[in-house]
Amino acid sequence: MMHWSTIIYCGIITYLTRFSMIFLLKEDILNDKTKKILSYVPSAIFPAIIFPPILLDNTGSLDFESNPKILAAILAIIVGYISRNILATIFVGLISYWFLIFVYYQ
Amino acid sequence: MNIRIKTLTKGIVDVSPLMIPVVPFGIIFGVIGMELGLSALMTFGMSVIIFGGASQIVLLQLFSGGASSLVAITSVGAVNSRHLLYGAVFSEYLSHLKLTWKIILSYVLIDQAFAVSNTYFKKNKENEFKHYHLLGAGFTCWTVWQISTILGIVLGSVVPEELGLSFTISLTFLALLINDFRKFKNVIVMLVSGIIATIGYNIIPFQAYIIVAALSALLVATLLTLINLEKK
Repeated sequence: MMHWSTIIYCGIITYLTRFSMIFLLKEDILNDKTKKILSYVPSAIFPAIIFPPILLDNTGSLDFESNPKILAAILAIIVGYISRNILATIFVGLISYWFLIFVYYQ
Repeated sequence: MNIRIKTLTKGIVDVSPLMIPVVPFGIIFGVIGMELGLSALMTFGMSVIIFGGASQIVLLQLFSGGASSLVAITSVGAVNSRHLLYGAVFSEYLSHLKLTWKIILSYVLIDQAFAVSNTYFKKNKENEFKHYHLLGAGFTCWTVWQISTILGIVLGSVVPEELGLSFTISLTFLALLINDFRKFKNVIVMLVSGIIATIGYNIIPFQAYIIVAALSALLVATLLTLINLEKK
């Protein structure tokens, strides 16, 4: 049973993850080295969200065979690399995924 | 044009392309919430109170799997711990602001707003009103997220599951990285993060695989940065 209290606690924790550093840190704390390292933050976090749903099936096992998401993601990466266009990357990924599941694998 | 309105508008314009994949994401969240038997108010309440797409979906997954409240809350905290690092990056640009501004801007410091405002802040350090960019980008995300959640609640089970729209979650985060694809060190960091998350998905408890993978990858990034400094 989902309770409002759970949602509210989740909301408070989420808010604190956003607010705490802005509230506590001042600009003079961060030197150039720290900034350089922090510039890697998106590269360090997003793949952890990207990879598991693509590579793992519903049971949590690695699925390299008949996995349309891997091929669609590779196509999206190639388009993103060449075009550096966010929308082109997403659309190529989604359209090739739909092509694979509705046409190729049918 | 007034510099505040101009900066606010720039934030809205910059983040808009990133909003297109957020719409199906929000719809998916709304649909899943209804399918799991949550009330419309509770599903919408999650979007307003938590306002963090990935963590909201994780929360629903855990709820459907019968996880306890403590595990659910810990997991949401783990998934959203990446915002600590966003806050650390932005503290440099926002530390001079009044507390009220910090309270408001913190509420909308999400992935997409961070991505576009970070780029803007780096290029426009002199703009006294640069925080208006984050305000514009953040509340654009907020509005789109709330509307698409409502759409999902209304659509309910009408959206066929076969469309596989959850794949757009991965595609969105992937598209947010395209500017780093050409940087060799970033690619190494990405691979470390992705591989550890995939392996850790089944091993690491409490859905903490995201933060474990991220911290490991950040450690690699630190080593790469230090090695580079030594060479100089």
